[in-house]
Amino acid sequence: MLKAPIIKIIPFSYVDGPGNRSAIFFQGCQFCCKYCHNPETINFCIDCGHCISICPVKALEVIDGKVIWKHELCCGCDACIKICTYNSSPKIRYMTSNEIVESITAPLPFIQGITASGGECTLHHHFIAELFDKIHDMGKTTFVDSNGQTDFRQIPHLIDATDKVMLDIKSVDEQEHRMLTGQSCKVVMENLHYLLSIHKLFEIRTVIVPDLLDNYRTVDTVSKIISAWPEVRYKLIKFRTWGVKGEFLNARVPDDRLMEELENLVRHNGVLNVVTV
Amino acid sequence: MQDILSIVKDAELTFNQRFIAMAKAAEDVIDPIQLSEDARYFVNQKVVYDMDEGKAPYRPRYVIPDYDKFMKHGSPFLMLEPPKDIWEAISNLMILYHHVPGSGGLPVYIGHLDRLLAPYDQDEEETYRAVAMLLKHVDRTMSDAFIHCDIGPYDTRVGRIILDLSAKMQRPVPNMSLIYNEHTSDDFALKAIEAGLVCSKPSFVNDAMYMKDWGSRYAVASCYNVLPIGGGGYTLGRLNLMELGKLAETKEVLMGDLLHRAVMAQCEQMDKRIQFIVDDCRYFENSFLHDEGLIEKDKFVGMVGIVGLAECVNTVLADRKREERFGSSEIANQLAEDIINKIHDMVTEYKPKHGSFYLHGQVGIAEDIGLTPATRIPVGEEPELPIHLAVTARLQKHFATGNGDLYPFDATAKKNPQAVLDIIKGAFKINMRYISFYSSDSDVIRVTGYLVKLSDIEKLESGRAVLNNSTVVGSGAKKGLKSLDRKVQGFKYA
Repeated sequence: MLKAPIIKIIPFSYVDGPGNRSAIFFQGCQFCCKYCHNPETINFCIDCGHCISICPVKALEVIDGKVIWKHELCCGCDACIKICTYNSSPKIRYMTSNEIVESITAPLPFIQGITASGGECTLHHHFIAELFDKIHDMGKTTFVDSNGQTDFRQIPHLIDATDKVMLDIKSVDEQEHRMLTGQSCKVVMENLHYLLSIHKLFEIRTVIVPDLLDNYRTVDTVSKIISAWPEVRYKLIKFRTWGVKGEFLNARVPDDRLMEELENLVRHNGVLNVVTV
Repeated sequence: MQDILSIVKDAELTFNQRFIAMAKAAEDVIDPIQLSEDARYFVNQKVVYDMDEGKAPYRPRYVIPDYDKFMKHGSPFLMLEPPKDIWEAISNLMILYHHVPGSGGLPVYIGHLDRLLAPYDQDEEETYRAVAMLLKHVDRTMSDAFIHCDIGPYDTRVGRIILDLSAKMQRPVPNMSLIYNEHTSDDFALKAIEAGLVCSKPSFVNDAMYMKDWGSRYAVASCYNVLPIGGGGYTLGRLNLMELGKLAETKEVLMGDLLHRAVMAQCEQMDKRIQFIVDDCRYFENSFLHDEGLIEKDKFVGMVGIVGLAECVNTVLADRKREERFGSSEIANQLAEDIINKIHDMVTEYKPKHGSFYLHGQVGIAEDIGLTPATRIPVGEEPELPIHLAVTARLQKHFATGNGDLYPFDATAKKNPQAVLDIIKGAFKINMRYISFYSSDSDVIRVTGYLVKLSDIEKLESGRAVLNNSTVVGSGAKKGLKSLDRKVQGFKYA
């Protein structure tokens, strides 16, 4: 059976799609965003061992040159993540889809479905397709939270198993996108149009960072594109410094006025379903 | 006599609050109820408690008049005709409220407001003004958060007006429950949740559970006390399982004879108090509520309140590690369930002279320290929410006169009220009886079972008098029960 690297499972999440959902966070991401608020999900552990001595409950040790995390001893203080200089975490479990299903037994009566997030979950598209089929069998919905860097046209098995996608559009400007994420926005934009055309898009998310990004341009462009699909929501996310290790650590948090202006712009462009968080 | 002087001189209390305290002090001068030696032993050990209702009870603690009947027939005693419009309807109600006895001299139930007022709702704007007047009257003249109204399960314009006004007024009075069942539309439930996340009310009632206990004619009063309409609760006794656990020391002693003796002692105290109300004070013989059929003697019950189940289990199991304690350990949870099952059997078997006795999850009193209300998991020891909900539901099974728990959500839930509805639906599917929730950033918040305004507690603590009686109680519960520190549920990682 397939296994995938899981960094965290949150039984109840109110911010990962409609209603109450369990959120599954997968390790690994093609982007390296300067404002990433969970940068420990970007890279895979290189077993450098820097985190071993910081652990207050001795839940980490090196065996045969590999850093081993003892799940049952962990106190959840995240000291290992804070000290990691490689945007990774030693706390990754390789799980089967059955093990994930098992781990959400308790929340199951209280959730509408699950959301695969990350990192970038689509890197594990075969695994997630298998997991989602099992979730559907239990009468629950399946959502993907994606940075849009994997071409959805190339992974129809995942698309078939997914109810809706929540897509990040970090910037519509090629140069700015490269500056922010290290990658092109070409595939992201193609995915936007593709997902709209097959009615699989639930929401677009854009993080607003004053001064450093051309927020107006991105929000204006995206809202004009999605305005023809009234079911699609635009979520504007206030940049917050929490968890950030990258260059944007000292960036300014947008004030309510800026958020309101952008929200009004989205509405003006014909998108009624807009939310600011 | 020192007590009397300290009441008279208590500058933190308004005139009315002192007046009520003086009446209570007078009642406590005499002690007419004689208990058996064993019952006295458990009283002295602080296991059996009369909730300080007064040593000479002369009225039932909770009176639930049949307001539907009152609206239909009016009242000869009060010289009131059935109302012809919304203004007469609220006027009649406001008059009757002042004649309903209850703890602290104030009613604990003011009716199923949307059901009572919907027949008179002709014009939206007029209804809005009338309901606003009613709610303001209740809050300003009967300032006690144990005053409770019910709404639902159907989506009505009056129900929506009540929710809108509650969110706008930001007042703790009245407390409010939404009777929720398969007829409640998601749209109405979501509106109630949106209100709940800004003013901590209404709470949600699992109608399916209470229908099995009472049929459709029940009301939720006071904190979350479920009682028959047209009747009520004679008295609320309180069995303190934390103190009983300390007496028992071991599981074997507890589950041997001790638990039985304690439950019998609690029942005896209630039985004798009820006899005093009915036989000695002859409450029903001089009440127009009774003469006009707004209350009937055979619809009154006794409530056996339970507190400190968590401490009891942890004491007799002598487990110190978190994973071995109540809430997180299956062994502890199973023992908790066994204790409740046993108490339920004993209480059901007990035959008092008047009425029957039912279990109630008592929310605690201001003086409690380190004592967890009802059958709840202690503050600071809550497992993850799905587990918390499952354990809570499991222990509420036998509590026909009400049991509930409260869940503060972080502010992100305001953007996603559907998530709260999903949790409520799931909880009711696993037989949770009652759910209260609030947003951790609200000013009006729930303390164990009733509502207080945080800004009022601050005022009181700085030595100034406040309108609401329960602010005084809430200030105590904040310190002794750590009740404002309930684990906030929400966004942790994304």
